Amino acid sequence: MGVLGQSIKRREDPRLITGEAKFLDDIQLAGMAHAAILRSPYAHAKIKSINTDKAKAHPGVIGVFTGKDFMDVNPLPCAWQAGGVKNNANTPRCLEVDRVTHTGMGVAVVVAQDRYIAEDALALIDVEWEPLPVVTDAKKATEAGAPQLHENAPNNIECEWECGDAAATADALQGADVVVKQSIINQRLIPNAMEPRGCAAQYNPASDEYTVWMTSQAPHVMKLLMTAFVFGIAETKIRIISPQVGGGFGAKIYLYPEYVLVTALAKKLGRPIKWNETRRENYIATTHGRDHITDIEIGAKKDGTITGLRVKTYANMGGILSTIAPGIPTTLYGRLLSGPYKIPHIYCHVTNVYTNTAMVDAYRGAGRPEATYVLERAMDWVAEELGMDPADVRRKNFIPSNEFPYAPADNILAGLKYDSGDYDKTLDKALQMLNYAEFREEQQAARKKGKYLGVGFSTYIELCGVAPSAWIGLPGQGWGAGLWESANIRMHLTGKVVVTTGSQSHGQGHETTMAQVVADELGISVDDVIVQHSDTNGTPFGYGSYGSRSGAVGAVAVLRAAQRIKEKAKRLAAHMLEANVQDLIYEDGKVFVKGAPATAKTIQEIALQSAVGYSLPEGMEPFLDETSYYDPPNCTYPFGAHICVVEVDGNTGKTKILRYIACDDVGNVINPMIVDGQVHGGIAQGVAQALYEHGVYDENGTLLSGSMMDYAVPTAAMLPSYETARTVTPSPVNPLGVKGAGETGAIASTPAVVNAVMDALKPFGVKHIDMPLTPEKVWKAMQSNNGGM
Amino acid sequence: MYPAPFEYHAPASLNEALALMAQNADAKIIAGGHSLLPAMKLRLATPPALIDIGRIADLKGIKDMGEKIAIGALTTHHEVEHSVLLRNACPLLPEVATHIGDRQVRNRGTMGGSLAHADPAADYPAAMLALGATVQVQGSGGSRSIGADELFTGLFSTALAANEILTAIHVPKTDAKGSGVAYAKFPHPASRYAVAGVAVWVSIKDDTVQDIRIGVTGAADHAQRAKRAEDALKGKPMTEDNIAAAAKVASDGLTTIGDIYASADYRAHLVTAMALEALHSAHHRAHGW
Repeated sequence: MGVLGQSIKRREDPRLITGEAKFLDDIQLAGMAHAAILRSPYAHAKIKSINTDKAKAHPGVIGVFTGKDFMDVNPLPCAWQAGGVKNNANTPRCLEVDRVTHTGMGVAVVVAQDRYIAEDALALIDVEWEPLPVVTDAKKATEAGAPQLHENAPNNIECEWECGDAAATADALQGADVVVKQSIINQRLIPNAMEPRGCAAQYNPASDEYTVWMTSQAPHVMKLLMTAFVFGIAETKIRIISPQVGGGFGAKIYLYPEYVLVTALAKKLGRPIKWNETRRENYIATTHGRDHITDIEIGAKKDGTITGLRVKTYANMGGILSTIAPGIPTTLYGRLLSGPYKIPHIYCHVTNVYTNTAMVDAYRGAGRPEATYVLERAMDWVAEELGMDPADVRRKNFIPSNEFPYAPADNILAGLKYDSGDYDKTLDKALQMLNYAEFREEQQAARKKGKYLGVGFSTYIELCGVAPSAWIGLPGQGWGAGLWESANIRMHLTGKVVVTTGSQSHGQGHETTMAQVVADELGISVDDVIVQHSDTNGTPFGYGSYGSRSGAVGAVAVLRAAQRIKEKAKRLAAHMLEANVQDLIYEDGKVFVKGAPATAKTIQEIALQSAVGYSLPEGMEPFLDETSYYDPPNCTYPFGAHICVVEVDGNTGKTKILRYIACDDVGNVINPMIVDGQVHGGIAQGVAQALYEHGVYDENGTLLSGSMMDYAVPTAAMLPSYETARTVTPSPVNPLGVKGAGETGAIASTPAVVNAVMDALKPFGVKHIDMPLTPEKVWKAMQSNNGGM
Repeated sequence: MYPAPFEYHAPASLNEALALMAQNADAKIIAGGHSLLPAMKLRLATPPALIDIGRIADLKGIKDMGEKIAIGALTTHHEVEHSVLLRNACPLLPEVATHIGDRQVRNRGTMGGSLAHADPAADYPAAMLALGATVQVQGSGGSRSIGADELFTGLFSTALAANEILTAIHVPKTDAKGSGVAYAKFPHPASRYAVAGVAVWVSIKDDTVQDIRIGVTGAADHAQRAKRAEDALKGKPMTEDNIAAAAKVASDGLTTIGDIYASADYRAHLVTAMALEALHSAHHRAHGW
């Protein structure tokens, strides 16, 4: 049996578990100085003057700079502006010069012998501020009289974007037997990677080259953005190294002002500079996620068939644009609003809005959790309105398994089609695990005793393996580059294999899974394969790891490079065996003439022959070294059914999750243990959105949930034991048949939990409560509805 | 997280510590450091000097003093949690200690430090009030004791003078027949501090309440007794109805605080909910059920 599909242990773990892995803060260079950044205490203000004299005079301080010292450095680029519409883009500078539009923006930097001195000197900088009026709510920011953040963005509108068919959807809603309308909020979340962000940079004056260490999910893209856009230098002049990266969840995809600043400082001061984010900075200056205000109208026939869906969303961008912010609530949200359902007409209108809050960008799931939340709450309202079972309404509307590839209605997916699916199968399996009929009886009995049990469903699809370049790129969805991935494989003369990839693992286990792909394809031991990434020197260009794309795109590039190695090995084996290549079989790492397995050449023997080059066929170059640049023809579309069972405490309103069932279909699975880990982590984050996490600003734009004392990142004790299962519907899009598993949990679980709580509250007649479903909100809903009796 | 510069002193005796305090007016005393250090790392606290009392042997240990138990100020939450003497003779404190932070915090944090810091949502203060405990303090002019009812005076403030060190906690034994204790807590999902925490000590005879003390933490700017709830039960049998009636008035007289997690009125409700739970448990234990 091949190694593909086996739960082999992660090869990354020994160094992580023993503390040997090197993270950004472990980088120490001779002569290194340390930067601390003065950040705006105001959410919206003019900078009238900055006096740095006292800070400069402080012992141990090497330099103090403001934005005016970096006017030769361009503002950061916004690399994904919403496709097909005018974007009123505004992006940060490495330090702001005239104005700030959210608390936490950098306005000055101190470089000192150590970080403590740098922090001391920050207190000695005098900034004369002129505070301006503040708006933090995306809908209010578009209303007349709201404070204006940017001259080029009237009414704070970054862009207006739509998809689907407005007229046909209006007609469909008009003709529906029932229409349910509801406004909901998908609240702001704050990513909390275990390792905060950081950057260290060194400049070599002899070669005019920079080496930059960065906590990045996409080092090649960082190199491109810094050289071509920010500094205007040759792309070869910057080398980016992402050391071990301790989680990202999307927030480490982007180019941040501090990275540009530290790089510029390394040249200005002629010594290595390091800045490592504090947890406080992580809360106020790293991107946040979600933050949508949405009006939903869904129409259905009496039998539960959905006839139309109209969605209007205000998406909060924050005070200024992060690297790919406008693309998230547009392409990755609106285009997913058909979910697993055959909905005849859909229309979605999105307004991206500036407010005086931290930048909002992709966060685990990125747009797709928001779309799934809209749809899965709406399916429950339809069920409630029609007195139908929520599982039945979903099943009624599933796209049948014989209709794939499936193009969602009104061209909302802009020409792409769902690859494959069997949605009934995952729901059936999940319901079987639940024992649905028995649960409903138990629920009835419990209600009579004043115990409130509830069950919630979430049947979802995802769009993973984000690509093809021609679809996502500038002519289509507005992404400012391509989205293919690359891999190079070299088989050394002893038969050991080195894989280099442009993907960037930050917890996913690429060193294990990509080695499994190569070992399986070449029929060699997984221990004979090492996978290298993280350094733009020595790895082929890649767009990075996000959007569950390192399997469905990155690993496929690895597979194709391995296939090319195999092809060349066969041609050389034909020469060695004096046979025709057409007659050769490659099996278990050996090449032999069909029917004569006894006289075989092992891949190791072939590698040696290739590497020494003593006897090669006419025209063949030495060495087994192959590269693939893989641009898939489509995205992939995982799906599944999640079921959550809760008990709500009538005394306090506190929700306890009794069971959590996840039946996912992520296509073929390379390493089940790693996929399970992804599912578990994703569910934890999705549950946390439903019940715990909330990024809260006050009316002055001060972040109130700015620490781990206030912002509830879930602990193990707050989560249930998960019951997971899988069905396997391979993706026809790529030869591995994989779909992607990094975000399914986060996408599916949030509505499953909310729907479960709402089901528990059914005796109280509560239609909707906005997340997070804190005990207070739930308890108050129970009070206002007459004790439910 | 980078604290501002500070001097560090590690006296070996109480007298040395008191002398250092006299010399450094704005110095802060540090023991486990689990409240002070986080504040310093955020530069919310910038004491010019720290006096680390962690090496003073006199402040350690849990001693049986007959009617009472003396707990040294440096006793960690872990030691309180696992003390056989406390578990047998004053089980409320070990129960409360299990609610504090996590294992790492309980290994470092000290009971004296927690009480002197007087976080309005800390767990021990509720227990101190329910037990009618006292703290021993030492100043340059001598020592005195302060009753729990007088100790907590406001947000992060106590009856300790600036030049006094909390040296020990004296708690009564609650192992007499008919005595029951309990702590019920609604933890904040992020900080794990009490959004509302209620500690109860009750003494019953033939199911009639002889005496009762109820301490409430988390709900107001400092821990306080729920006297109306106590009065509602004194001299009465602990029936379901009487317990519910007492719990209902448990937040009376408290100025409950509101924040982004829980409003003032919901906090008041939680005091009732936690009081109900704690009173039931204490009642059961008083009967030995």
